[in-house]
Parts: sequence; C-alpha cells; structure tokens
Amino acid sequence: MISTTAAPPRRGRAAKPGAELTWRAKLRRDWPLVLMNLPMLLVVLAFWWIPALGNVIAFQDYNPYTDGILGSPIIGFTNFALLFEDPQFLRAMVNTLAITAFQLVFYFPVPIMLALLLNSVVSARLRAFVQGVVYMPYFFSWVLVVAIFQQMFGGAGLLSQLLRERGHEGIDWMTNSDTFILLLTSQTIWKDAGWGAIIFLAALSTISPSLYEAAAVDGAKRWRRMWHITLPGLRPVIVLLLILRLGDALNVGFEQFMLQRSAVGSQASEVFDTFVYWSGLRTGDLGYGAAAGLFKGLVGLLLIVAANRVAHAFGERGVYSKS
Amino acid sequence: MTLLGTGRARKPAGLAAWEEAPSPAGRVGKGTLLTLIVLAVLFPLYTIVLTSLSSAATVNRVGGLVLVPEGIHFDAYIQIFSDSVVSRAVMVSTIVTIGGTVISLAVSVLGAYSLSRPGSFGHRPLLFSVLLMFVFFPGIIPVYLMVSGLGLKDSYWSLILPTAVSAFNVVVLRAFFMNIPGEIMDSARIDGAGEFRILWRIVLPMSKAVTAVVGLFYAVGYWNAWFNAMLYIDDTRKWPLALILRQYVVDSNPLPTATLGVSGMGHDAPPTLAIKMAIVVIAVVPALIIYPFVQRHFTKGVIVGAIKG
Repeated sequence: MISTTAAPPRRGRAAKPGAELTWRAKLRRDWPLVLMNLPMLLVVLAFWWIPALGNVIAFQDYNPYTDGILGSPIIGFTNFALLFEDPQFLRAMVNTLAITAFQLVFYFPVPIMLALLLNSVVSARLRAFVQGVVYMPYFFSWVLVVAIFQQMFGGAGLLSQLLRERGHEGIDWMTNSDTFILLLTSQTIWKDAGWGAIIFLAALSTISPSLYEAAAVDGAKRWRRMWHITLPGLRPVIVLLLILRLGDALNVGFEQFMLQRSAVGSQASEVFDTFVYWSGLRTGDLGYGAAAGLFKGLVGLLLIVAANRVAHAFGERGVYSKS
Repeated sequence: MTLLGTGRARKPAGLAAWEEAPSPAGRVGKGTLLTLIVLAVLFPLYTIVLTSLSSAATVNRVGGLVLVPEGIHFDAYIQIFSDSVVSRAVMVSTIVTIGGTVISLAVSVLGAYSLSRPGSFGHRPLLFSVLLMFVFFPGIIPVYLMVSGLGLKDSYWSLILPTAVSAFNVVVLRAFFMNIPGEIMDSARIDGAGEFRILWRIVLPMSKAVTAVVGLFYAVGYWNAWFNAMLYIDDTRKWPLALILRQYVVDSNPLPTATLGVSGMGHDAPPTLAIKMAIVVIAVVPALIIYPFVQRHFTKGVIVGAIKG
C-alpha cells in the first residue's frame, strides 16, 4: 500500500521503498498523514498520556492547592500501604473479584447460547427481527437501564404493584444488598447479552456448512455436531473475548455501580472505581485515590498480559501476538 | 482473526438436505424461549411508553405502571416541554451529542486514515499510543485533574474532549481503510490527488457504512454519558438529560428550580410517574430513531473488523 510514486523526494533522489528512507525523507513524503494524525494525537496526549504520567501523585502526599504536582513531597509507596490497611478498599477488592467471577460464570455464556439459539432459527426474517430487538438495549444508557429495572422490580415497581394487588407483600429488589449481585448480573444480561451475541453469530457464519454436512453423513446428530464442529469453531472468539473480559473485569460496569451505590449501600456495591471516586475525589484525598486507581489499572493490564500468555500457551492467537 | 473476515451470515433457505427436521418439542421450546427473550426487552418499553401516554386519571387509578391502554394523552409531554429544566437538558444533550459526534468522527477518521499505511512516518509509535488505550486506563483522578486544570469544568467541552477518541472506533475505521485496495489510491496519487483529497473523495465514499456505525457509537456514547457530566458539570443549568434522569427519575429527588411534578398543580396535572416515564421515553427515542438505519450495517463485518486489528 505504500506508494512512493506520487510524492518523490525532491533534490533528485530516487524514491525507495518506505523502510529504506531516512526519517526526513519519510516526513517530507508523509507530512499530510502526520497532519491528519495531529488532532487525535493532541486528544490522546491530553487525556491519556499526561493523565497516565500524572499518576505520580499516587506516590506523593499530593496537595493540589499549595504544592501542586511538582512540589508535593514524594512518599513512595505509603499510599499503597495504607490502601491495604483500609477495610473499605479491601471490601472493594473482594467485591470486584466476586462480581467478576460471578459474571464470568453467569453472564459470559449467555451471548454464546443466544447466538447458538439465533443461529438455529431457520426463518431469516424471524431471526432478523429477534436480533433487532435484542441488540437494542445495548444502546440504552446505564441510567436508563437502572430506571427501567427500578420501574419493574423496585419498591414502587410493577412487580410489587402486581404482588400487592393480589394481597402479597411488595418486594424491593433495587435496595436489597444481599441480592445485588443477581440484580446487576441480570441488568448486564438485559443490556449487553444481545449485542454480545453478534460476534459469535459472525463466527458461526464462517464455519463451513460442508463440515456439518460431512458430520451428518457420518451419522453425527445435532448435539454431537454442536460439540465437535460448532464449539471448536467458536473457540478462538471465545478465548479472545474471555481475555478482553478479564482485562475489562476490574471495570465491572462502572456507571452501573456509581448509580446504585446509594440504593444498596457501599457494603455490597463498592468496587475499585467507586472507591476511587468516594475515597479519593469526594474526600479530596487525591493521591490516595490515584493510588487505588493506578493499582486497578496495573492489575487490569497484568490480567490481560497473563491471559494472553495462557492463550498463546494453548495455541490460540489471543488479542495480540508478537509479530 | 481472519476467519471472521466476511461476517456474512450463512443463509439457510430452509433446512439443508442433510439436516434432520427439528422435533415438535424442540420447536415449541425454541419458540417459547424466543418469545420470552423478545418480551423481556419489549415489555418494559411497552408499559413505560404506555404510562407516559396515559391520562392522570388512569395512572392514579392503576397506582403504578399502566398495562392496558385507555386512550392517548400527551399531558406529561406537554408538561415537560413547558417546563424549562427538562427542555434545556434535552437541548444540552442534543448539542453535546451532535457537536461531540462531529468532532469525534472528524478526529477519528483523520487519525485512522493517517494510521492506515504501515511504514509511514511515525506509524508504529502513533499506532502504539492508540492501542495502549485498550489495555490501560489512566484513572479517574488524573483525568479529572487534567480536565479541571484545563479550566473545562462546567464547560460543555468537558463532556466532549475526554471521550473524543475511542481506540475501539479508531481501530475499526483503520481496519476498514486498510482493506481498500491500494491501487485505487495509487492511481489517484498519480493523478495528483493529495492525501486529504484521497480521503474525502475516495476513501470516505467507500466507507459509508463503517463511518455511519462508528458515528452511531459516538452519538450513543455522548447521549448516554452520565458519569462525566456528574463529575464536571456543577451548574444545574448546564445539566444534560442523563443527570436529570438520575436525579428525578431514579433517585426521585426534586429537580433544581423546577415546578415539575410538584403537588399542588391540581388533580388534572399529570402524575409524577407519567412525567418520569415520559422523560425515560425522551431519553430512549433518539437511539430508537437512528438505530434501524444503522442496524443493517452491524453484521457486515464492521464490528468484527476491529478484532482483526
């Protein structure tokens, strides 16, 4: 795709393939591309690189008003040491891990099963209709999803309303901290499972029908075909999404938790991000909060790298490869 | 992940010859399951829309969400739009969504195109800096400090700039641009077209679908964003709709300076619940309007293209 014919370097030098050009010659050739990259570079610099480097405040007794980021005293890993003595932080960690594990078991397979179900629908029109419906909630905001669940399962919601009409007690699922993990997993399924099925459907569509045909001719019934053809065909995608999910695990539905923390209490709903917000930003203890945020970011990064290693070890491509 | 490349759905026009016919029990089970799934999505929307369109008498008699239609009344919507708070929030959300989407699309399309040619100047480090955004998030507090350091608090820019570039969308666009045959661009280059011209006249017209989908992603993101608004917008007159939803609909707190849904407006006034549901509907509607136009592109390997990157 690299063309050197259009913008030959001036001063009569012959155009060479990209790799052999000096950086000056490359720049002379590619300056329009660099210019095009500039707006994105500025945004990424301002809202990714500089904040990423700004994490030095995690190692400081950061005082934004008197000392600033340059003058605040460096205190090494004190903030991190304090974090691990903070019961609220430990609670956030336990909750995050528990919720991640729970969703891995009870959310992750749902889009796969949904894709298998949709794929088995013979009528193309029916399938398109169901797809259109189940993708939709992905485009609703978390505020909206919480509002909708509240209207269905809250103390004044539809379910309570119907129960009371029949002389039962109403229930309030939205403020019950014991069942919070069920509530948020159902919210995640309702919002994201349909959309999550897309990628599996795409993968299913690339499995060659002749494989199924050959298996059927050899006498493999429906379930055997699913086990021996469909699932192996889906395996690379499943592994890939599992890795991405692991890396994203610590981000467990950020707005979802922020929105419902006051309703169910911090015992059940405190996760890393809510901790950073409430114990860092809200209290003004910015260095401390940044330490918690950095810890989360680095653990997430480690999880992705580790999961990718494991995937490579099992002969899968994973998210990225060394090439 | 080349095996995902085409993303075209296998089209069984009926069952294949080798496929055994489904058992009656299996068909009934599948039908029931599909019906339940569709209802789980549509039923809440149905009753919410219905409640927002019901008269005060109906809502008060039912004492909650309305399940059976009894005529259509727009009282709740009239009430909402005659009150300045919600109408202003809708305006704010609309402006941020449109402005943000235009900015994001421009920045991402330019950026993705500039990264679509391996071997060009600075290609590897520039690409790397975008890909890093996938695996590491700098953290809420450093980004907050940056935004307030730039003086963007209480500015609409704080709702746009921090989320202006989504690495995912850039990678989707880039993967698509890279699939366009290089010969087409080469011939344009021979004819003397510059990079901007090639992008505008050749690449973009060939990438309408992917650009539309990425635009939808950005637009939905801006329309739905709640947390950034909560962080950065203290001035209640600048609140977007998401904050109103949280404050009034989810938490049932009164709105600042609003008379909306406050008792003492007479018994004909639409009840709080109808107003709440109308706000929910207003928040859902834009997505529902754009959605069908973009939906058909979803399966065209657009989303899947990202995985290849």
